[in-house]
Amino acid sequence: MGFFERIFREPRWGVHPDNHKRPAADAPLRVLPPPARLYLPLHQHVGGAARPVVLVGQKVLKGQLLAEAQGNISAPIHAPVSGTVAAIGEVTAPHPSGLGFAAISIDSDGEGRWIETEPALDPFALAPEEIARRTAAAGVVGLGGATFPAAVKFALGKRLAVSTLIVNGGECEPYLSSDDRIMRDHADQVVDGARIVMHAIGAREALVGIEDNKPEAIAAMQKAAAAYPEVKIRPVPARYPMGSDKQLIQTLTGKEVPADARAAEVGVLVHNVSTCAAVHQAIRLGRPLVERIVTINGGAVARPGNIFAPLGTLADELLAFCGLKETPARLILGGPMMGTPLLHGKVPLVKGASGILAFDAREAAVPKAGPCIRCGSCTQACPMGLLPLEMAARIRAGDLDGAVDFALSDCIACGCCAYVCPSHIPLVQYFSHAKGELAARERARLRTEAAKRLAEARLARLARESREKAAAAARRKAERDAAKAKAAARAEGAPA
Amino acid sequence: MLIAIGSLALMGLALGAVLGTAARYLAVEGNAIEAELKDMLPGSQCGQCGYVGCAQAAAALAKGEAAPTLCPPGGKAVAEALAAKLGVKVDLSAVADNGPQLALVAEEICIGCCRCLKACPTDAIVGAAKQIHNVIREACTGCAACVDRCPTAAMSLVPVPVSLQHWVWPKPAPA
Amino acid sequence: MSNVIGIPVAAPHASTTNSAGRVMAIVMAALAPATLFGFWLYGWPAIYLWLVTVAAATLGEAFCLRLMGRQASPVLFDGSAALTGWLLALSLPPWAPWWIGAFGGLFATVLGKQVFGGLGQNLFNPAMVARVALLISFPVQMTAWIAPLPIFSAAAPGPIDGLLILLKGLPPAFDAVASASLLGFAKTEMSRGIDLLQAMAHAPLQAWYGSRPGSLGETAAWLIAGGGVALMFLRIISWHIPLAMLAGIALPAAILHAVDPARYLDATTHLLSGGAMLGAFFIATDYVTSPNTPRGQLIFGAGCGLLTWIIRTWAGYPEGVAFAVLLMNSLTPIIDSYVKPRIYGRDRKGVALEPGK
Repeated sequence: MGFFERIFREPRWGVHPDNHKRPAADAPLRVLPPPARLYLPLHQHVGGAARPVVLVGQKVLKGQLLAEAQGNISAPIHAPVSGTVAAIGEVTAPHPSGLGFAAISIDSDGEGRWIETEPALDPFALAPEEIARRTAAAGVVGLGGATFPAAVKFALGKRLAVSTLIVNGGECEPYLSSDDRIMRDHADQVVDGARIVMHAIGAREALVGIEDNKPEAIAAMQKAAAAYPEVKIRPVPARYPMGSDKQLIQTLTGKEVPADARAAEVGVLVHNVSTCAAVHQAIRLGRPLVERIVTINGGAVARPGNIFAPLGTLADELLAFCGLKETPARLILGGPMMGTPLLHGKVPLVKGASGILAFDAREAAVPKAGPCIRCGSCTQACPMGLLPLEMAARIRAGDLDGAVDFALSDCIACGCCAYVCPSHIPLVQYFSHAKGELAARERARLRTEAAKRLAEARLARLARESREKAAAAARRKAERDAAKAKAAARAEGAPA
Repeated sequence: MLIAIGSLALMGLALGAVLGTAARYLAVEGNAIEAELKDMLPGSQCGQCGYVGCAQAAAALAKGEAAPTLCPPGGKAVAEALAAKLGVKVDLSAVADNGPQLALVAEEICIGCCRCLKACPTDAIVGAAKQIHNVIREACTGCAACVDRCPTAAMSLVPVPVSLQHWVWPKPAPA
Repeated sequence: MSNVIGIPVAAPHASTTNSAGRVMAIVMAALAPATLFGFWLYGWPAIYLWLVTVAAATLGEAFCLRLMGRQASPVLFDGSAALTGWLLALSLPPWAPWWIGAFGGLFATVLGKQVFGGLGQNLFNPAMVARVALLISFPVQMTAWIAPLPIFSAAAPGPIDGLLILLKGLPPAFDAVASASLLGFAKTEMSRGIDLLQAMAHAPLQAWYGSRPGSLGETAAWLIAGGGVALMFLRIISWHIPLAMLAGIALPAAILHAVDPARYLDATTHLLSGGAMLGAFFIATDYVTSPNTPRGQLIFGAGCGLLTWIIRTWAGYPEGVAFAVLLMNSLTPIIDSYVKPRIYGRDRKGVALEPGK
């Protein structure tokens, strides 16, 4: 890119990290033979956890419902292999804490027999509500990492009369190439899925934003979309975080999503390319979401590349399949900018996992943090226009409300600020800490209020009880007195 | 010289008058702080502080008769907030803070005597005579009012387990 | 495999290769050409003075860190104390006695920086704090300029003589070379009632390449500016503060010079004299003491420039960069609290945008 373009053409926000996407992105897609046992967490999406509908020991087929959606925002879980339900218990969650969460374990019988699927129909003859229903039943969630149930978003888009579908092929995270791979290998599925989503939400056009560092994907998508003028392929400058909804919307449409509002309110809806492909699978083939493409990359991986793997596969098994050159110094679920550090590899592949990175010691080296020199690099890099240095200074001093005044709630935790910081201050950790702490405070406040209400209710109850007791005693006394008086009267009256 | 002394004296008089008037007309009602302190206390009326309820404890705090560290269930956070409100310094190291806690019934020891039920300030324990009692987690404030009432020592306080949803990133160590 | 891997490290799991030490090193590299030119122009005493000042600044920092019980070496290694000393040295008369440099260097890092809490905490630019302290305390030594005496010329003091000048002050033999800086000369002549049109006829010699009386950082304006432009291309500094500051000096100077050339110096003289270039590119742009947002930096830079010009033109001192920068430093927190970037999805006041628009 020329100097002129660097100065004038590129967006002013964001950063340009080394992308490390190749050679993994160029390696042909490999298929993982289903492992002997899979672990399907009940909570792989935003919203309520799914509720199991199978029993231990029950035989299941591939694609069979294991757990049903619970609540308005939730998603069902299906069996990725045919086999037997081995256990329903806890597994380690893909979470920095290393805590566990509920999951269904399945022993594969190795046959991979599919359950009878819903008949394939022409999706454009179906009502949008029916498409949303089938998508929800297939357990499709946002596969870019947000894992928001896709069908809920369809309903939202339909309700707010969204005109433009944005298909997110940005994939701006370094190292990751699962979206790149699906666009290169299954561009027709992505385009078809996008058209089905357009039908489901009533959009008139689809803009597919693809970073210009993926020329092969752009070419494949342009070929696949050639017959459909409403699906427009739009290369966008490669710049992190281009794959963030708000930044991609702004780049493609010039619209800005207001703070505290949803993208649909400005007439656009964003779906990831992999989500579109999953919608295609769900509607055209009736197949639920049970497998996905995941990038295995990082300095410790011997043969990095993209793997088509059943959900519930342990990270260790995926890494073993690609081979390890050395013991990884750090495991990350997702990309290096926003990914979750894993404490060990016994963590199952979940729907939102676009990559598993095994870093070698050099990549995992954490530079020592120094004092803030107020250089303002973080301010320039922040795609949201925030002042990370001011927020971090307040959080460091324990002034969380001060950080909120600097719009901490608008932070998207993209990591640009911490990436560019010459003093290597873990800014994102400060913000994550503050957000968690504020949420905990809010919970504590609600709890205290509830406790106060309960205590007051109890006092009221005790007062009422003693009042009632006293009233009952008084009544009994009155009755006794009345009876006595009657008896006395009768005794007096008898002789008369 | 005389002018300097005179003008300083005049300034002193004028400012003093302003302060005096302000003290008279902008005075704050004495009990406002009491209500604020009461709002900061947990409000479960558990009585562990030695006062009948949180309102009485707040009154004592406002009069300076009680230390900000009086509230065991509130822990360090409440002690700190009270001290900040009262503008006093406290030694927080003495405050035992085990983090949020919950009461737990040891089911194999509980004899179903119903004594803890009556002691609970938030009605967080359910049970009936000769039935094993249980604690409703959402309603329990961890005030320990039930622990001493149990004749068989079946009641104990346990830390609230950390869950995935409640886990918070630790604050980075200072550079 | 699958051993527990330590405590979790928060994202991002990648970081820039940039570091505070690298930033300081690049700034020093950008200062080097002008400094070397100054060494050539003023010879050994200037080299010694530079060494003393940098060493004193570093020593002051190390002393404070030791006092606080912190390990000194990693902090010293970032080079910020040495850079402070360097900038101070560039603003001193090149043949000033050693104790000016030593006192200034210690003052800069101890009272200008560490008492505030160290790197990143100081409100005022440490080098300028020290320079102003020296100027007020030792006005004679701080305004004793000499005419350039290139290091290899016959009259220049050798390494030994240079050391003697540093330790004992200017010997009478060199008295002939004492001179005035242009700004000082103009101020003196004006105060004597001689207008600039006449005074400039016998002003101190100004060679186009920078051979002129003045501090080390004053002489080669084009080398200083070149270093500054290099910093801009390397994205160490942005263009906002330097451009605004130079414009803040040049615009009023040009306007009033056009009105009354007998009383007001022209813009070129203003820009090329004194600490204008050094101030605009290296001193006002100090990260710690300047605003963070581009708009704030424009305000800050323009303020520095305007104040410099006002002080030079009407105040008692011939040069005003240090005072101007310090005054604007004190406004930095206010500028930062009023001039904030617009947050995505909000207007400038921080109110959420209307979804309809």
